[in-house]
Amino acid sequence: MIGLGHYLTVAAILFTLGIFGIFLNRKNVIIILMSIELILLAVNINLVAFSTHLGDIVGQIYALLVLTVAAAEAAIGLAILVVFYRSRGSIAVEDINLMKG
Amino acid sequence: MYQAIVFLPLLGAIFAGIIALVGARARFPGKGPVASVEDTAAGHGPHHGAPDVYGGGVIHSSHHEDEAREPAAAGSRTAELITTTLLMISMVLSWIALVDVGFAHHDARVPVFTWMSAGDLKVDWSLRIDTLTAVMLVVVNTISAFVHLYSIGYMHEDPYRPRFFGYLSMFTFAMLMLVTADNLVQLFFGWEGVGLASYLLIGFWYHKPEANAAAIKAFIVNRVGDFGFALGIFAVFMLTGAIDLDTVFAQAPSLTGKTINFFGWQADALTLTCLLLFMGAMGKSAQFLLHTWLPDAMEGPTPVSALIHAATMVTAGVFMVARLSPLFELAPHAQTFVTFIGATTAVFAATIGLVQNDIKRIVAYSTCSQLGYMFVAMGVGAYSVGMFHLFTHAFFKALLFLGSGSVIYAMHHEQDIRNMGGLKDRIPYTYIVMVIGTLALTGFPLTAGYFSKDAIIESAYVSHNSLAYYGFAMTVIAAGLTSFYSWRLIFKTFHGEPHDQRHYEAAHESPLWMLIPIGILAAGSILSGFPFKELFAGHGVEEFFGQSVKMNPHLIEEMHHIPQMIAFLPTVMMALGFVVSWLFYIRRPYLPVELAGQHQMLYQFLLNKWYFDELYDFIFVRPAKRIGYFLWKKGDGFVIDGFGPDGVSARVLDITRNVVKIQTGYLYHYAFAMLIGAAGLITWFMFGLGGQ
Amino acid sequence: MIVALFFYLFAGICVGSAFMVIAARNPVHSVLYLILAFVNAAGLFVMMGAEFLAMILIVVYVGAVAVLFLFVVMMLDVDFAELKQGALQYLPIGMLIGGIFLAELVLVVGAWAIGSGVPQAITSPIPAKIPNTEAIGLVLYTRYVYFFQAAGIILLVAMIGAIVLTLHHRARVRRQHIGAQVARTPAASIEIVKVRPGQGWGGNQ
Repeated sequence: MIGLGHYLTVAAILFTLGIFGIFLNRKNVIIILMSIELILLAVNINLVAFSTHLGDIVGQIYALLVLTVAAAEAAIGLAILVVFYRSRGSIAVEDINLMKG
Repeated sequence: MYQAIVFLPLLGAIFAGIIALVGARARFPGKGPVASVEDTAAGHGPHHGAPDVYGGGVIHSSHHEDEAREPAAAGSRTAELITTTLLMISMVLSWIALVDVGFAHHDARVPVFTWMSAGDLKVDWSLRIDTLTAVMLVVVNTISAFVHLYSIGYMHEDPYRPRFFGYLSMFTFAMLMLVTADNLVQLFFGWEGVGLASYLLIGFWYHKPEANAAAIKAFIVNRVGDFGFALGIFAVFMLTGAIDLDTVFAQAPSLTGKTINFFGWQADALTLTCLLLFMGAMGKSAQFLLHTWLPDAMEGPTPVSALIHAATMVTAGVFMVARLSPLFELAPHAQTFVTFIGATTAVFAATIGLVQNDIKRIVAYSTCSQLGYMFVAMGVGAYSVGMFHLFTHAFFKALLFLGSGSVIYAMHHEQDIRNMGGLKDRIPYTYIVMVIGTLALTGFPLTAGYFSKDAIIESAYVSHNSLAYYGFAMTVIAAGLTSFYSWRLIFKTFHGEPHDQRHYEAAHESPLWMLIPIGILAAGSILSGFPFKELFAGHGVEEFFGQSVKMNPHLIEEMHHIPQMIAFLPTVMMALGFVVSWLFYIRRPYLPVELAGQHQMLYQFLLNKWYFDELYDFIFVRPAKRIGYFLWKKGDGFVIDGFGPDGVSARVLDITRNVVKIQTGYLYHYAFAMLIGAAGLITWFMFGLGGQ
Repeated sequence: MIVALFFYLFAGICVGSAFMVIAARNPVHSVLYLILAFVNAAGLFVMMGAEFLAMILIVVYVGAVAVLFLFVVMMLDVDFAELKQGALQYLPIGMLIGGIFLAELVLVVGAWAIGSGVPQAITSPIPAKIPNTEAIGLVLYTRYVYFFQAAGIILLVAMIGAIVLTLHHRARVRRQHIGAQVARTPAASIEIVKVRPGQGWGGNQ
C-alpha cells in the first residue's frame, strides 16, 4: 500500500538532487535555477502528501502559494541572468565571482 | 641668622630661575627650541677636546672669536646682581657665625620643619651649627660669593646668564644644606643636590656634545659612589634605628663588636658601614678609582670649575668623613683604607698632572691630588688638620682656577699652555696672583699651604695607623711632584717666548669684576694659614672644634715632637721640584722634549691618565651597552612586544588573511556551506537534542 | 495494486528525469527533462487526490516557467560545456554530505509518528464528496483571501521587476514619439508660399 512515507521519500530524493544540482554543476547558472525549481517541487509534493494524509486543505493552499512564488522567482532570476549575460558576456559559473572577498 | 645663611642663596636661585624661564618663554614662545639650536650650533661650531698625542692637538674652550653673537637673555643684569648680592650677605653672615660659634661657642640646633614621621623613623629638616659647620659655611659662602662676582665679568658675553647664576646659587644652597645637615638623609639630599648642580653646570653649554658627555660621566660616576653612600646610610639605620647624627653618635660606641651578614660573610658592622660611606666620598671627591669624571668636568665654564671642583663639591666627601668622625674613629680598618686611597690618589693624580697640556686640566689633577692629602689626614685621625687643608686649599685652588680663567680670557679662550708663553709682561696682575697661588699650593714657607700641607705630612708621620707610613711617603713624593707641575704651569704660561704671536699681541688684563675676586683670594691664600694654625693644627683644636670632630687625642701633641729633618722634608721636596722645573722649562727647554722622546711609553701612559678611561670603557661601559642592547632588542622587542601588542596584531592579521580565503565569490561554495550547516544542524537536533 | 504500479512509474520517471536535469550536457535537454519531471509530479498529485493542483502545476510550471527557461536558454549563447574537472574534486565531499542529508530525511520518514495533538489542530478539514477544485475554492476566497491577494501582488511585482531589469533603451534607435506626432499643429509643420510662375520659389530651404 502506498502510504505517506513513500511520497515523502520521493520528495526527499528530489530535494537532494536539487541540492546536488546547485553545487555540483560547473556548467552554467541556468542549471542552478532549474535545481531550485526541483527543490520547490519536492517541497510541494511534501505539502500535498501531508495535506491529503491528514485531511487538511491548508497544505494544498500553501502549495499553491509556493507555486506562485516559485514562478515569480524563476522569472526574476532569469531576468537577472539575462542582464548579467548582457554585461558580462558569459554565464559559466567560474566567471561569476564578483563577490570574492 | 642661620636660616638666612642657608636660604638666601635658595632665594637667589629661585629668582634667577624665574628670570631664566620667563626669558626662555619670551624667546621661544611655545614653538620649541628648533630655531635657536641652529643659531647656537652655528655659533659655537665644532669643538674638540683633544686626547693628546705627543705634540699635536688643539685645546679650545667653547667660544670662537668670530661666532655669531646671540643677544643676551633678558634680565641678565638683574639676575647676576641679585644673586651675587644675596651671596655676599650670606658670606658676611657666615664669617660672623664662625666667630660666634668657634670662639664664643654658641653651638646651635635650628629646626626648620618636620619632614617625615613614619613609625620609628622621624626625620626633620634642621640645621646643625657647630664649629665644623661654621668652617664649611665660611668656605662655601666665601668662595661662592667671589665666584659669583667673578662670573659677572667672565660670563659677560654669554647669552644665558640668568640660568648660570641660578644654577650657581642653587648649587650653593645644596652645599649649605649638606654642611648644615643634622641627619644623614638631609646630608644625602644636599649630596645629591650638589651632584645635580654639578651636572647642570658642567653641561651648561649643552650644545657642545663633549660638555653633555662630561656632565653625564660626572653624574654617573658620582652615582656609583652615591650607591655605596646610600647603602652606608641604610646600614647605619639598621644598626642604630635612627639617622639623626646625635643619636647615631651616642649609640656608636656600643656597636663596636657587632657584625653584619654581608653576602654571607660576617663583616664588622662599623667597618663595613664606614667603608660604604667612604665609597660615597670617593665618588664625590674624585679619589683613586672614581676619579675619571674630574678632568672631563673641565668642560664647564671656569667659574664652575673653581667653585665646584676645587673648593666645595669635591670637598663634600672630606667634610662628610670629618662629620662622621665619631664613627670612623671606631673603625680602624676603614681608616686604614681611607689613608690608602688618599695617599694613592695624591701620587697618582700628581703623576698625571706632570704632562698635561690644558691649563685647567693641570689644576684639576692638582685638586685631585690635594684631596688625596686631605683624606690621608682624615684616615690617620687628624680630622682638624684635614679640615685646615680644606680651608686653605679652597682659597688657593679657587685662586688658581680663577686665575687660569683670567689667562684664558686674556688669550681669547685659548687653553693649551703650549700655545702660551711670555705673558707676564702683558698681564702682570694675573701673573702675580697666580704666582702667589702656586707658592701657597706648593707649600712655600709662611703661605697658607705651608702650614696645612706640612701639618698633614707630620700627622701622617706620627700616626699609628697601619698604612700611615705609606701615607707619609706618598704625600712627601707628591709634594715634590706638585711643586714640579705647578711651576711648570707658571713657566710655560708666563715665561719664555710666546708661541702664538697673534694671541700674545691681543692679550690684555681682565675686567675689574674678575680681578677683584682673585686679588682677595690671593690675600686669603696668604692670610688663611698663620692665624688659623693653632686653631686647626695646634693647641687650640680642642677648644675650637669642641665636640664637632672627634680627633685622635694624642696626635696633635706628637706632631710637635717630630725630628727637625722630617719637618723640613716637605720644604726640601718643594725646592727640589722648583729647581727641576726651572731647569726643564727655563734653562734647558730641550730637556723635557728629549725625556719624553726617550720614554715614549711612560709619557703616553701618563698623558692618557694611566688609561683608566679606556679600562673602564672596556670593563663597564661596553658590557653595559651590550646588555642594554640585548635587553632592548630581544627582551623588549622580541619577547614583550612580540607576545604582547605586536604579536597579537600580527596574529589577528594572519587569521583574517586565512579567513578571507573562504569568501571565494562562487555561489556554489556558499550553497555548499549552507548545506553543510543545515546537515550539521539536523544531525545535532536528531541525535543531540532529541534522543527521544 | 494498480495504484502501486502507477506510483512507482510516476515516481521513478520523476526521479530519473530530475537526475538528468542536472546531468545532461545540453541545457535544452536539461529543460526538457525538467518538464518531464513536472509532468510526472503532476501525475503523483492526481494520485494523491489533489487534481486541481496537478493541473495548475502543468499550466504554470510547464506552460510558463519551463517555457521561459527554454526561451532564455536559447537566447543566451550557451556552450555545450563539458563537465569540468573541478566538479570531480568536490564530488566525494558532496556525495558524503548529500548522502548524510538523504539518510537523515529517510530516517525521519521511517521513524516518525504523528503527534497526538495534530488531529485537533487541523484548521480546514477537507469536506467529503466535493471536487478538489471546489474544496480549494471554498477556502481560498474566504479564509485565505489575503494570501491570495498577496500572491497576486507578488506576481505583479515580479512582472514589473523583470521588465525593469531587462528593459534596455538602445541609444541609436530612433523611435516614434506618438504624443508629439499627434499634437502637431499646422502652424508648426506647414508653410504656405505663394510661388510666381517661372520664378521658382527662392525661399529658405
